[in-house]
Amino acid sequence: MSESTDYYVPEPSYWPIIATIALFIIFLGAALTFNVGSGGAPILVLGFVMLGVVFFGWFGEVIRESENGVYSDQVDVSFRMGMSWFIFSEVMFFAAFFGALYYARMYSVPWLGGEGSGAATNEFLWPEFTTAWPLFEPPSTYAFDSFKETIGAWGIPFWNTAILLTSGGTVTWAHWGLIKGNRLQLISGLALTVALGVIFVGLQADEYAHAYNDLGLTLNSGIYGATFFLLTGFHGFHVTMGTIMLAVILARSIKGHFTPKNHFAFEAVAWYWHFVDVVWIGLFIFVYWL
Amino acid sequence: MSELTANHDEHSHHPTGIKRWLTTTNHKDIGTMYLVFSLIMFFIGGAMAMIIRLELFQPGLQFVDPQFYNSMVTMHALIMIFGVVMPAWTGFANWLVPMMIGAPDMALPRLNNWSFWILPFAFSLLLITLFLPGGAPAGGWTMYPPLVLQTGAAFPFLIFAVHFLGASSIGGAINVLATVFNMRAPGMTLLKLPLFVWTWIITGFLLVASLPVLAGAVTMLLTDKFFGTSFFSAAGGGDPVMFQHIFWFFGHPEVYILILPAFGVVSAIIPTFCRKPLFGYNSMVYAVAAIAFLSFIVWAHHMFTVGMPLAGELFFMYTTVLIAVPTGVKVFNWVATMWKSAMTFETPMLFAIGFVILFTIGGFSGLMLGVTPVDFQYHDTYFVVAHFHYVLVTGAVYSLMAATYFWLPKWTGYMYDEALGKWHFWLSTISVNVLFFPQHFLGLAGMPRRIPDYSVQFAEFNVISSVGGFVYGLSQLLFVYIIVKCVRGGQKATDRVWEGAQGLEWTLASPPPYHSFNTPPDPSTIDGGVR
Repeated sequence: MSESTDYYVPEPSYWPIIATIALFIIFLGAALTFNVGSGGAPILVLGFVMLGVVFFGWFGEVIRESENGVYSDQVDVSFRMGMSWFIFSEVMFFAAFFGALYYARMYSVPWLGGEGSGAATNEFLWPEFTTAWPLFEPPSTYAFDSFKETIGAWGIPFWNTAILLTSGGTVTWAHWGLIKGNRLQLISGLALTVALGVIFVGLQADEYAHAYNDLGLTLNSGIYGATFFLLTGFHGFHVTMGTIMLAVILARSIKGHFTPKNHFAFEAVAWYWHFVDVVWIGLFIFVYWL
Repeated sequence: MSELTANHDEHSHHPTGIKRWLTTTNHKDIGTMYLVFSLIMFFIGGAMAMIIRLELFQPGLQFVDPQFYNSMVTMHALIMIFGVVMPAWTGFANWLVPMMIGAPDMALPRLNNWSFWILPFAFSLLLITLFLPGGAPAGGWTMYPPLVLQTGAAFPFLIFAVHFLGASSIGGAINVLATVFNMRAPGMTLLKLPLFVWTWIITGFLLVASLPVLAGAVTMLLTDKFFGTSFFSAAGGGDPVMFQHIFWFFGHPEVYILILPAFGVVSAIIPTFCRKPLFGYNSMVYAVAAIAFLSFIVWAHHMFTVGMPLAGELFFMYTTVLIAVPTGVKVFNWVATMWKSAMTFETPMLFAIGFVILFTIGGFSGLMLGVTPVDFQYHDTYFVVAHFHYVLVTGAVYSLMAATYFWLPKWTGYMYDEALGKWHFWLSTISVNVLFFPQHFLGLAGMPRRIPDYSVQFAEFNVISSVGGFVYGLSQLLFVYIIVKCVRGGQKATDRVWEGAQGLEWTLASPPPYHSFNTPPDPSTIDGGVR
């Protein structure tokens, strides 16, 4: 790379190929586990350990470069665009599952009940089946389980909504602290946000245990259980990732990493956090409430 | 310029040997890896096509058992789509986008390296399945349940390979988008961008918007198989047809992911060899955007016969046929560019003209398929096979060949063998039509796709098709020979290479320096350059 340039191109790096191998090992381990039971577990663990090393190594390299001031404003904008498009791709991932939910509620369940063009389906497959949502009784209880009760919107889910919305506020408050150069506000705002994230995930885990143990609502509970657990499950996974990311940002803030002008990592994590927040609003309305 | 670039070249230090390729953050190295990978996969996928044509050479079961035949059909499609055309376009984007917009490199070079290296590993996951109990996936690349859920040990490998490939494509797309929006040289405004860059902006958007949906769809397959969910099982309140909706919500934009960069390539080549600016640049940009928008609301034309409500059939028919309008704009613009121009017919131009004519045939058969009532006859017949091979082989692959011949002298610094290039074009063009044109008749007469045996009245056209297939397959060996010969040396290429070439990449030396534009190019070179 020429020194006469404003552009920054990073040095050759081993991290991408190591990341690829880590993911390859994870996929291999998972596929073996699915096929032959627990045999793939050690491979799976090895892959995740490697992936953890990659996170530390690769992001550590980027953080060092950033702290050494080698990034120009242009690199900063590239990172921002990359993160924005990544979040957009995540939105589309959730869209697939929301689409499945809407399709099940609008079409497949009513058609199985004989509505619209589904009269013959109903008559020949499961004549006793009637359309309902939540679908406590799937058409066939031979392959899929019925369940007694859903998780109501106005218990834990309502409080979880309040928790996530508040955490969106606290992370913004921390951002204001960062811009003003108020370290106490930055660190306490982030610590609060991490705490709220942890509480959210804890409550969600508690709710899952309740669903499985008391309500009989499982992954196997027909289309209601399938959409419920995959939508809330992937969201919960994203909140967990977001909380870890916030914790890293908190640790970096304590080390004094960010400046009022230069804090892309903080903003990227904050955007991500708002994204999981917005997905949750969709979940609360369409999965729990309506 | 060349004095300046020579100076920069001395500063370009990088590791050598295998380490260079494993760790590189350079857009040209990564572009080369993408293109070489794509070429290798082209021959692996092509060998599978040869097995298919061999089996179909005459009625009855000759060489392979039906299960293996269906594996070949499935793997051929997955390899050609995810292993050949998509990586090849990303490779071209890597090589060309920074040079075309006046940037030193891609915006996110390490992500770039990662996106590439995922590919060989993802295809290892997929190709390993050929040796697993139960064989490779055989339910078709569309992975429809419940059939795909009967896949043996290959099933999780298939799902994870798709996840992995999706991650690679999204990474590559994000990189191109960030590069174009953030790294353009001063003066390179959006409506001065070469059309290849424009088509890649739109392709990148389609990739980021549609591949996560595929990831979601195959995740639901995985949980249906292993975790007891019932997304695609009516017994639990789900619907197998729901998978088709989600899949094709990805699948139709995917079709345009494969073909939009081809539009960009052809829009670069035709003006060059016509020595005349492209007719209707702005309308080309708007047409691509319109096609991309429409691609999200036409998906169910792939499933007219599954029993949708009438309103759905009508809606998807109208939106589908509407795509002919922006596509027609593009075809007419290419033809208008050629009108009364001083054309010469070097190999890239031959492939570009071949593209315009043969892709249009594929477009017309697409219109026929888009009309719901007649699709009821054509659905899942060889007519569909003929249609998408005209748009993908004589469309996407032809434009890839055209682009290779067009930019290879720029990349290697040597001219390819023009006489051999012309041989390659004519052999390919004659054989590809012998290969695919009879399949229209087979389909109209009712021969179903994805079946290794057929009724005897289809025998003659299948013989013709198979002969065309073998010749086409062999002709591609010539392509490899021409590329290798060009890389190894030959007549030196000038910086501009082609008399009528316009655009920033031609202002660089041939071969260009390791980092394209370390200092932004003179804005005055941009104005005349791009249209």
